[in-house]
Amino acid sequence: MRWLRAAAVALLGALGLARGAGRRERVVQPGEPAPRSELVVAALLLGAAACAVAFCVFYATDSLGHQTQLLGLSLGGALALLSAALIVTGKRLVVEEELEEDYPEPESPDEQEQVTAIVRESARPLTRKRLLAGAAGVAGTALGAALITPALSLGPALDTESLYDAPWRRGTRLVGERGTPYRAAGIETGTFYTAFPEGADPEELGSPVVVVRLDPAALALPAERARWAPDGIVAYSKVCTHAGCAVAIYRKPLFAPAEPRPALVCPCHYSTFDPAAGGKVLFGPAGRALPQLPLEIDATGQLRAAGNFSGPVGPSFWGVRTRRPRST
Amino acid sequence: MIRRAIRFLDQRSGSAPLLRKSLRYLFPDHWSFLLGEVALYAFIVLVATGVYLTFFFDPSTAKEVYHGPYAPLRGFHMSHAYKSVLDISFTVKAGLLIRQTHHWAADVFVAAIVVHLLRIFFTGAYRKPRELTYVIGVLMLFITLLEGYLGYSMADDLLSGMGLAIGYSVALSIPLLGANLALLIWGHPFPGDPSFWSRMYVAHVFILPVVIGTLMFLHLALVASRHHTQFRRQARQTERRLVGVPAFPAQAPRSLGLLAAVAAVLFLLGGLVQINPVWQWGPYTPSLGTNGAQPDWYLGWLIGGMRLVPHFDVTLGKYTLIPNPFWGGALFPLSVLVALVSWPWLERRLTGDHAAHNVLDRPRDAPTRTAIGAGFFTWVLLVFVAGSADRVTVAFGLSYPAQIWVFRVLVVVAPIVVFLLVRRVCRELHQAELIERDRERAEAEARQAAGARAPRPA
Repeated sequence: MRWLRAAAVALLGALGLARGAGRRERVVQPGEPAPRSELVVAALLLGAAACAVAFCVFYATDSLGHQTQLLGLSLGGALALLSAALIVTGKRLVVEEELEEDYPEPESPDEQEQVTAIVRESARPLTRKRLLAGAAGVAGTALGAALITPALSLGPALDTESLYDAPWRRGTRLVGERGTPYRAAGIETGTFYTAFPEGADPEELGSPVVVVRLDPAALALPAERARWAPDGIVAYSKVCTHAGCAVAIYRKPLFAPAEPRPALVCPCHYSTFDPAAGGKVLFGPAGRALPQLPLEIDATGQLRAAGNFSGPVGPSFWGVRTRRPRST
Repeated sequence: MIRRAIRFLDQRSGSAPLLRKSLRYLFPDHWSFLLGEVALYAFIVLVATGVYLTFFFDPSTAKEVYHGPYAPLRGFHMSHAYKSVLDISFTVKAGLLIRQTHHWAADVFVAAIVVHLLRIFFTGAYRKPRELTYVIGVLMLFITLLEGYLGYSMADDLLSGMGLAIGYSVALSIPLLGANLALLIWGHPFPGDPSFWSRMYVAHVFILPVVIGTLMFLHLALVASRHHTQFRRQARQTERRLVGVPAFPAQAPRSLGLLAAVAAVLFLLGGLVQINPVWQWGPYTPSLGTNGAQPDWYLGWLIGGMRLVPHFDVTLGKYTLIPNPFWGGALFPLSVLVALVSWPWLERRLTGDHAAHNVLDRPRDAPTRTAIGAGFFTWVLLVFVAGSADRVTVAFGLSYPAQIWVFRVLVVVAPIVVFLLVRRVCRELHQAELIERDRERAEAEARQAAGARAPRPA
């Protein structure tokens, strides 16, 4: 009962407001009533409500709660119907009047003048402007530097030696993902193997190497690496020298035409390296050969590193070619 | 009721004058003016869905073994970050819907900004007095690219790890300071210190969104203070006089309708169209790579740029100066940014036009600008398309190296050809209009003369 009375009062108030507005000059031009469009809008709004409720029901129903399609359809549908209701409102129910007005003044010269005067005149009593400006500049720069300094703790910015780290040394065994050592006899031609240094963190950039077996006669390694490929088995860093992705593709045509020749390819930007020629770049953007890992076969037939890589592992940086990798 | 509410508000905030002005702010009517709004609304969806995702995402690289509902990955070692994304996708009810909607919203957000930028450019809307609005907009675009990149990098799936490796290599390649900078950001040689994940996280969910939001506020405040530009569609629309529909009641339902429509499309995409199914890629480890890696569309131009550069590092004897990723990954986007930001001032130099402009050009009205814009856009677009040459190889069997060589030639030649062609077309269109106008005037004069001789029958 109380609600009814309140509603009646509100209605009368609204009517009074409307009448009051009628006596004054109108701000918004009167529009054509469109009762049918009102019905359309109401129907669309109710449809949106129904879709929204459906979303809640789908969510709450155990068998449907994980149906992403149903959830998306119902929620998206509710929003789409709401959008339709709003657009019909905009097109049919509200007044579409075109008004005109002046653009704002492009500038306020008086105010500009005053601001300039305030700043100038406030500074007038100062006799040593240059000295003060210089001192303020020095203070500002120094304080800026002081405030930025703690950011150096984010990383070893001043010590970039760690970029040369690679966990290989003479005698390190090549092991698979699960730690089983690779045997030279198990390396077949036509496929490639990923190996890691035994006991090291496989997630370091210096860890993963690709191992392939090539025809020893086809090898064209630099002279000083003649002994790095026992039985034609070669190993290279698996991390591309261009952008650090894994060189995860071995291009090795298995049937005629058996061209082009075997190559290690990175799927990120298609840098292509020649495993027979010391990792030389054949194609793609890499600017530096793939670092080669010297290999040896121990008495039990297992593959071991005969030293560290021929060059630093991973993407290049200023001065990268000046140093050899550092064993960790 | 309404009057009482407004009186209450005005007496306590004095906002009635502002409110009145805002309700009568005029919007010139043209569909292309809605593109910026689409971006704004995609951003709203991004914030809303993003906040929800933060309640479930765990930015930690600590490892665990997966025992969740997705059978193919059971028993895999993975980071908490990747595991929590899997949980959002498979365990949290409506989680996949929100995650995919978030991802789609990011793609649509950047697309809307780019198309909006093209509209602004080709109509000359950036000219005085709106250069600041434009520059802020361009900055937002580039910050958004970084924001999106961080977003999909945090998931720690195989694809995102490869993206981070590329980002690391680009940072490393910066001359002189690259190595220091990369170690500062990553905290340790790649894949970086565990704290790198919380750095990415705080940048993605707090710093960059706040920066984007602030710039967006400034952008809109500047638009409102100088008012909208307008096309000249009626005689009364001039440089001094603006014609449009008021924010209320006419514009409000349209604009809100657009908000609902954008949200609807994004949720429908999020529910119905799969995007970035991270469970298929598996967890990242540096020794693995996916075949045919493709980033989100808005980074396509960077991967294209990096793929097109021939293989060389700039060296002085044995001393490496500029590693290769610098050209495509850093210098290319930087020059696009600098070109875009400096264009309003560059154009003023070229044309000597220092006047303020409220009336928009049609592309043909400024043949040189349109031609330069078209050539520039062609350049970036070709690099972008080159980024998916590998997919063309897979789909159609065209040789990849051959395609790359074609693109290397095209990115140099095509922009020039497009420039000349577009300038010609614009000039011809403009000429045709002048001829048309002269003809109409002549006919009108002829009619008038005829009318003067023979008085109209009563």
